Amino acid sequence: MRRLDPWLQLAAPVLLVVATAIVGSFTARATEIYFLTAITSVAIVVAIYVFVGNSGVLSFGQISFVAVGAFAAGVMTVPLDSKQGVLPDLFPLLRDHTIGDVSSLALAAVVGAVFAFLVGIPLMRLSGLAAGIATFAVLEITHNLLREWTKIGPGATTLALVPETTDLTRAAIGTVVVIAAAFAYQRSRFGRSLRATREDAAAAQAVGIDVHRQRLWAFTLSGALAGLAGGLYVHMLGSITADQVYLELTFVTLAMLVIGGITSLWGAVVGALAVSGLDSFLSEAEQGVGVGAATIDLPQGARLVTLGTLMALVLVLRPSGLTGGREFRLPRPPRRRVAAADGASKEAAREPV
Amino acid sequence: MSGNPLLGALDAQTLVDAVGLGAVYALMAVGIGLVFGVLRLVNFAYGQLIMAGAYTLAFTSQAGWPTWAGIAMCFVVVIVLSGVMDRLVFRPLRTQSPAVMLVTTFAIAFLLQSVALLVDVRDDTIGEPAASVASLNQAITVWGLEVRKVTIVAVVVAAVALSLLALLLTRTRIGLQMRAAATDFATARLLGVRANTVIATAVLLSAVIAAAVSVLLTVQNPLVAPDFALKETIIVLVGVVVGGIDRLWTATLGGFAIGFATGVINGALPTDKTVFLPSVVFALVILVLLIRPSGLFARGGTSLVERV
Repeated sequence: MRRLDPWLQLAAPVLLVVATAIVGSFTARATEIYFLTAITSVAIVVAIYVFVGNSGVLSFGQISFVAVGAFAAGVMTVPLDSKQGVLPDLFPLLRDHTIGDVSSLALAAVVGAVFAFLVGIPLMRLSGLAAGIATFAVLEITHNLLREWTKIGPGATTLALVPETTDLTRAAIGTVVVIAAAFAYQRSRFGRSLRATREDAAAAQAVGIDVHRQRLWAFTLSGALAGLAGGLYVHMLGSITADQVYLELTFVTLAMLVIGGITSLWGAVVGALAVSGLDSFLSEAEQGVGVGAATIDLPQGARLVTLGTLMALVLVLRPSGLTGGREFRLPRPPRRRVAAADGASKEAAREPV
Repeated sequence: MSGNPLLGALDAQTLVDAVGLGAVYALMAVGIGLVFGVLRLVNFAYGQLIMAGAYTLAFTSQAGWPTWAGIAMCFVVVIVLSGVMDRLVFRPLRTQSPAVMLVTTFAIAFLLQSVALLVDVRDDTIGEPAASVASLNQAITVWGLEVRKVTIVAVVVAAVALSLLALLLTRTRIGLQMRAAATDFATARLLGVRANTVIATAVLLSAVIAAAVSVLLTVQNPLVAPDFALKETIIVLVGVVVGGIDRLWTATLGGFAIGFATGVINGALPTDKTVFLPSVVFALVILVLLIRPSGLFARGGTSLVERV
C-alpha cells in the first residue's frame, strides 16, 4: 500500500484530467469549450505550481511564459498564404515560415524555457518576496512588447487564423505531459532540494544546496511547461490578444493555485478544475442561466467579484487551500485513520485562532 | 550628471515633469513601505484604495459638491476602507507567511476592482469624469517652463508629507514604537509596544497618503476607471523592491527613482518609440537587480539568510 502511494500521487491528478476530458466529450459543442478551458487551465496552473509551489516564492510573472508560448505557437502556425497579408511587418524569418501544430507546441515550450532562464538569472538572485514582486517586471515587459512590437506579432490587434487543433484529446495529452513533468521534477533530487529551501532556506544552504541555482532550474522548467500550456491555449482559442494573457489570467490562475493548495500538485489540479467549474457557471450566469424555475442573471463583473471573494475567504480561513497543500492519498484503514485524525487535530490546535 | 550625454540632451521641461512623477511615486512608496515595515505585508491593494478615493472625487463632483467637500470625502472614504481592510483581512493574516499575505492583497485588489466595475457600468459607460479638480491641471509658466500646477502641488505635498513623517518617526513616542516594530516586532511587543496601536497608526498614515495620492492622480487623469492607479501600483511596488524594501527610506527613494526614470526615459525616447516605455523601464529594473540584488540603495551586499 505504502509503495503505491507515489504512483497514486501521479495517477490521481492524471485520472481526474482524463475523466474531465471524457465527460466533456459527451456534452454538447457549446459546453465542451468549458471542459477544454478547464483542462488547459490545469496545464497553466501546474506549470505555475512547479515554480511557486516547490520554491515557496510567489511569482506574478509565469503568465508571461504562457504569453510567449501562445504567441510563438500562434504566429508560427498561421497559414503561409494568409500570413503575409495579416502580419506584414513580421521579421522575414517569422513571416516566411510556418510549422506544424505539434512542432509549434514544442517550439512554445522551448521559447518559454529560454525566456524563463534568461530572466530567471537576475530575478532568482533576489530574496523571496522581492523576487515575487520583481516578476511583475517580466509580465509588464512581455505584455508591452507583444502589444506594441509588430515585428514579432500582431501588435495591438488580434492574432487570428491560428488553427484550432487543441481538441479534448490533445488538451488532455498535453496536460498529462505537464503533470507528469511536474511529478517527475518534484520527486527528483532537484525538486527535493528546492522543497528543502522552501521549508528552511538557511538549513538548506547549510547542507550545501545552492538556493538560487535550484530556483533557477524550477523557474526554467516552469517556463517550459507554461510555454507548452500557452501553445495549447492559443490552439484552443484560434485567436488571441496580448491582453488575454496578462493581469486577469494571472489573477485567475493564481486564485486556482491558492484555492487548491499552493504546495501540492494535487492542489494545483483540484484548484484549477474547481475554479474552472465555478468560473464557467458564473460566465453562463452573466449571460443569464436557468436553474430550475429561477433564472440567475448576474451583472457584468460579478464573476471576478465572486472569484476574488472566494480567493480572499480561502486565504483568510484556510490558507493552505482545499487540499491542505497535501498530495492525494487514499483514506487510511481505520487504525491509521485514528493516527491521522490525531495528527490533524494537533495541527488544528497549532493554528492561530 | 551634466556630463552624461543622455541627460544633457534632455530639456529642463522633461526634468520638471520627471520630478513631479517621482514625487507621486515616492508618496505611494511611503504608503506601501509604512505598512510593510510593521506588518511585513506588501499591500497590493494599495492602488485600489487610491482608486476608491478617485471614484469618490468623481461621484462627488458629478453630484455638484464643492471641491473641498469632495476632497474631504475622498479622505474619509479611503481611511475608512483602509481601516476595514486592516480589520477584516490584515489582522487575520498577521501570522501567515508574507507570500500568503501578498496573494491575499492581490485578491482584495481584484475584488475591489471588480466591485468598482459593477458600480461604474451602471450608466453603461466605463469611466467617470472628475471635473471639479481638473482646474489644477492647468499649466503656469515659471522661468520659461510650462509647469502644471499639480506638479508643484505634488512636489510640495510629497516634501511636506515626508518631512512630517520623518518628524513623527524620529521625534514622537509612537514613531519610535513604529521603528522598533519595523526592526523586530516580537521584541518590541515584549518591551511594551502595543501591536494594534502601532499597526493602526501605520495603516492610518498609509491611508492618508493614499487619499492625497488619489487627489493628485485624479487631477492628472480626470477620467476614473476601475483600473485606476493599477499600473502605478505595479510600477511603485517594483520601484520599492529596486530601492530596497527592508527600510522605509530606501523604499521611498526607489519609488522616486522609478518615477523619475520613467519621466526621463519618456522624454528621451523618440516619439514613435514611447509605446515601448514600460519595456525600457522594466528592463532597466532587471539590470539594476542584476547588479544590486538587495536593492539600489541598500547597505552592504546580499544577506545570506533571507527574511522571508
